[in-house]
Amino acid sequence: MHQVIPGAPATGLGPAAPSDRPDPAPARIAQVVERSLARLGRRPEQVLQHLIALQQAFSFVPEAGIRALTERLDVTRAQCLAAIDFYAFLHRTPRGQYNILLSDNITDRMLGSQRLMQLLCERLGVDPGVPRADGRVSVDVTSCTGMCDQAPALLVNGFAITRLDEDRMRHIAALVDTRVPLQHWPQDYFAVSNHVQRSGLLLRDLEVRDAGLSALFERGGDAVLAEIERSGLRGRGGAGFTTALKWRFCRETGQPQKVVVCNADEGEPGTFKDRVLLTAYADLVIEGMTLCAGIVGAREGFIYLRGEYRYLLEHLEAVLQRRRELGLLGKQIGASARTALRSGLSVGRGTDAGINAGIGPDMDVISGAAQTGDQTSNQTSNQTSAVRGRLDAVDGPFDFDIQIHLGAGAYICGEESALIESLEGKRGVTRKRPPFPVTAGYLNRPTLVNNVETFLAAARVAEHGGYWLRSEGTDLSAGSKILSVSGDCALPGVYEVPFGTSVRELLDLCGAQSVQAVQVSGAAGSTLSAEELDRVLAFEDLPTAGAFMVFGQQRDLLEMVRNFAGFFVHESCGFCTPCRVGGVLLRDLIEKVASGRASAHDLEEMRRIGDLMRRASHCGLGHTAPNHLLQTLEKFPWIYQTRLASAEYTPAFDLDAALAEARRLSGRDDPGAHLAS
Amino acid sequence: MVATHTHDATGATEATSDAITNAERQAPSRTLPPAKKLRVATASLAGCFGCHMSLLDIDERLIDLIELVDFDRTPITDIKHLGDCDLGIIEGGVANAENVEVLRGFRRHCRILVALGACAVNGGIPAMRNGFALSECLEEAFIDGIGLYNRGIPNDPELPLLLSQVHPIHEIVKVDYCLPGCPPSGDAIWAFLTALLQGRPIALSDKQLHYD
Amino acid sequence: MAIVEGRFRLDGVEIPFQPGQTIMDAALAAAVYIPHLCHHPALLPHGSCRVCVVRVNGREVSSCTTPATAGLEVESETEALRALRVAILQMLFVEGNHVCPACERTGACELQAVAYHCGMLEPHFTHFFPRRELDASHPDLVLDLNRCILCERCVRASRDLDRKRVFAVAGRGLDSHLIVDSPTGRLGDSRLELTDQAAHICPVGAILLRQRAGDVGERHGFRVPIGERPYDRESISRVGDVATLVEES
Ligand SMILES: Cc1cc2nc3c(=O)[nH]c(=O)nc-3n(C[C@H](O)[C@H](O)[C@H](O)COP(=O)(O)O)c2cc1C
Ligand code: SF4
Ligand code: SF4
Ligand code: SF4
Ligand code: FES
Ligand code: FES
Repeated sequence: MHQVIPGAPATGLGPAAPSDRPDPAPARIAQVVERSLARLGRRPEQVLQHLIALQQAFSFVPEAGIRALTERLDVTRAQCLAAIDFYAFLHRTPRGQYNILLSDNITDRMLGSQRLMQLLCERLGVDPGVPRADGRVSVDVTSCTGMCDQAPALLVNGFAITRLDEDRMRHIAALVDTRVPLQHWPQDYFAVSNHVQRSGLLLRDLEVRDAGLSALFERGGDAVLAEIERSGLRGRGGAGFTTALKWRFCRETGQPQKVVVCNADEGEPGTFKDRVLLTAYADLVIEGMTLCAGIVGAREGFIYLRGEYRYLLEHLEAVLQRRRELGLLGKQIGASARTALRSGLSVGRGTDAGINAGIGPDMDVISGAAQTGDQTSNQTSNQTSAVRGRLDAVDGPFDFDIQIHLGAGAYICGEESALIESLEGKRGVTRKRPPFPVTAGYLNRPTLVNNVETFLAAARVAEHGGYWLRSEGTDLSAGSKILSVSGDCALPGVYEVPFGTSVRELLDLCGAQSVQAVQVSGAAGSTLSAEELDRVLAFEDLPTAGAFMVFGQQRDLLEMVRNFAGFFVHESCGFCTPCRVGGVLLRDLIEKVASGRASAHDLEEMRRIGDLMRRASHCGLGHTAPNHLLQTLEKFPWIYQTRLASAEYTPAFDLDAALAEARRLSGRDDPGAHLAS
Repeated sequence: MVATHTHDATGATEATSDAITNAERQAPSRTLPPAKKLRVATASLAGCFGCHMSLLDIDERLIDLIELVDFDRTPITDIKHLGDCDLGIIEGGVANAENVEVLRGFRRHCRILVALGACAVNGGIPAMRNGFALSECLEEAFIDGIGLYNRGIPNDPELPLLLSQVHPIHEIVKVDYCLPGCPPSGDAIWAFLTALLQGRPIALSDKQLHYD
Repeated sequence: MAIVEGRFRLDGVEIPFQPGQTIMDAALAAAVYIPHLCHHPALLPHGSCRVCVVRVNGREVSSCTTPATAGLEVESETEALRALRVAILQMLFVEGNHVCPACERTGACELQAVAYHCGMLEPHFTHFFPRRELDASHPDLVLDLNRCILCERCVRASRDLDRKRVFAVAGRGLDSHLIVDSPTGRLGDSRLELTDQAAHICPVGAILLRQRAGDVGERHGFRVPIGERPYDRESISRVGDVATLVEES
């Protein structure tokens, strides 16, 4: 039923030749650097993309590659090392030829990912995090990979394998041991389903292509912006900032060289709707970006694609290329009639349509999947384009093109200023504000960052007008929201529902029963108890970036808390004291609770550290990181209380364990060599 | 223009904050009845005895102190077994199993427990060994060191086993008050003790509060 | 005389400010102290330590990065903010290895002095006791990361004042750490010179001047007797950069 994306590595296995390790030949390093430089140029802000290219080629960034970059670009060795150490997917020492990363979200764990990881490690004779001695394989965990609707999932050399079970794990171990190149792994392993369970306003009735853009050409930027204003569209990335306000500000700023950025970092645990939008509706998203560029007057655009979605890169490049060929990107957009009828190639408007037509030629070999889609897969060729002839462009034709920048494993890079730092090739550390990105963003240029879904929605508003969006939703939250539903429910996947839909209604839609808790808007969001199911998804009650994780009665919520606390420790950028240190203190106290060594005093400490992080952190990550803890302490106190030691104050560490080393060194094990806890 | 600032070690009047505050722990949740003579015990764990020397450094004020308190177990009295006390003062951090037991005994028997000096408060100089593995420390001391005979890591059950790291005392037991300094000056100790014994808020001046 | 753009109130006191100044800039220029560590008047605002947190319109913000605007009501020396700052300082203390009695910067250390000012009596949290590097490869300077609080003053000074980019912060989260730009990563092989501003800007005892036998001239480190060190006699709220800035203006 659902369109399947072949995510398999068409570009090959990446690092495979044993002679590449541990010291790849200098000539090959030089070659990779040259190729990357030829593709991306020598501006220092491209350094991260070059480092990613080296990582992909060698499974680490060799020192010689760093040297070559420092010789060719205006970057220092320290800057390169700083970035390598920051991004989870970059390494200074080789990973295994097969580098396997298991997604470690709570939804993966609920489906047994930890057991599966253990199984894989045992089979392969490898310790988590440490490459096997022969360099063949490394196995580790990574933050949520955005496959929660088909969990447990892993990445092998950057490509996603979903729906893991013991059989798959055993087989994967065998494939690794017999050195089967990734191209020859069973292709259905790499299938990623879209799982669009419910289409609403935005994802319905997509017969006409590029109608939003043609509205721009017919009516001009002011008129379209007025429609977006009228629609009340608010950002879908979480914060809910009024989109038109941001666009208008950017349009009116006198600064030249504006930049439009699509935030496709989608790092929030439990969110995956942007993955689906980029897969099945990429044209609409890019149309929205183009529309935005036309309105605000930007010539340069970026899609910041999280590293976990690297498998979508070729598909997206193909869509961009096709749009360039159609005159919808590049020079003089809107000036040419070429855009009119050659719509056969344009896709992405089917309700649950996949990207079959957008798959690069080299992907055809593995796209048996393309036939598994329903009839919508052919629908695109019947579509007609609304972009006609030389349109009477009120603002005139404009130039605009889009580059895709890859992330490399950093949740914080979804925060818009950290994302901009990352676009500039640096560590993804949040900037202070002001200045806001619309004033001084990428390379100090006015930069407009919006979420994937926001661009898509803007394109549709341009097509249908502002009142159309207001026909659904609430006063403060116009239209619909595309949600990522996962966890304990019968039908995980993407749901588009009107704002104002209650949690209960959505639970009914997705077939969730005996619900204990719902985590709305990801690890940073709100934890709802079963008493709160009548609350509604809307900015005025439960603002959400889209994640909706369901926890059934059988779940131990402390496991969720432990998972999230670990996530925030892993993902804190480390810039500010409260989040960098406070997050670790919290995680350690939560582990203390889990081990049964904590006292009531520790719960009080947790509350106060959480409160401090909320108030004093530098950015949204630190402000929201303690939410899950503070809310579960309030709403689910028993998950903590039942585990407390009876003493009013307990040691910070396990006293007897702290003597273990001395016992070993002295060979003693008498009663005096132990301490009661 | 700048208000002078005294350090209110009790934070007694200021319960306004819901943030973490040392005032919290310093708050006289347990106050001493001022009238009768108080029983005080002291101990030196992993410290250098500097804090005890500093305690003696209050000079002639010792006489006044004796007016106010009776000493139970301390290194300066001969009492070996700790009885119930009003105030326990700990110098030094926690480096071994015996330190843990002594400290716990103090916590059990003393209504108020004070961490006196850098080592008790944050581990101090002894905690500098935490930068090394215990094996490195013991091997250097008992195996690889110069001029050793009868090399080997001791395994006598009479000797307390070392913890893998040295810890400040609040990481093992609840501490009611902390007085930093290496050592805290006699003046600071006097100001601290008299305020505590008289149930006043503890105020340290700029000169009395220091970490070295 | 600089143009005064407007005034705001800090703990009830009127503070004039010029266009572009932050709350911190304006306060220091008016000789009113707000605790700070990563902020340095010669450097661009940073906002990482969070010690300068103040309360504006019911929210906590870092005063070193928040622009001054006319009519703001800013709270700073309240008990709630003191407590917040103490907790942040305590986090900095337990994160590293701060053994003041064994540190050459003691008495001249801003972390310590700010902690005194805020009345921090103990580190409160559980210590991390991390293992960190000490780099003694440079002829004039020592880099002891045990005491680094990641304020990036040296990073900014080297980049923006010395134009050398000798320092950078690598890694993320608790693993964030200072690194040196040189082929070996050692300070001795870097371009850092004693005359660089970055060599003298560390608020704590992480970048220390080497003392050698026979050194004459300026006394620093353990050579300054206890009682004569910068923060022995006076609080940093009176003798820190708050005083220097006033002298200059
Ligand atoms: C820690 C953190 C992570 C974020 N991650 C994302 C993300 O993955 N995708 C996204 O669109 N916005 C993310 N945001 C929000 C962005 O900063 C920004 O508000 C958003 O991209 C603006 O677009 P919008 O107005 O269309 O929502 C994140 C914010 C924070 C604080
Ligand atoms: S709150 Fe601070 S440490 Fe955490 S991610 Fe934001 S800037 Fe980085
Ligand atoms: S840097 Fe400052 S706080 Fe740290 S040990 Fe040295 S004097 Fe103490
Ligand atoms: S070395 Fe000093 S100046 Fe540099 S970041 Fe560390 S504490 Fe700050
Ligand atoms: S024993 Fe007093 S300071 Fe160490
Ligand atoms: S001084 Fe403002 S955050 Fe450090």
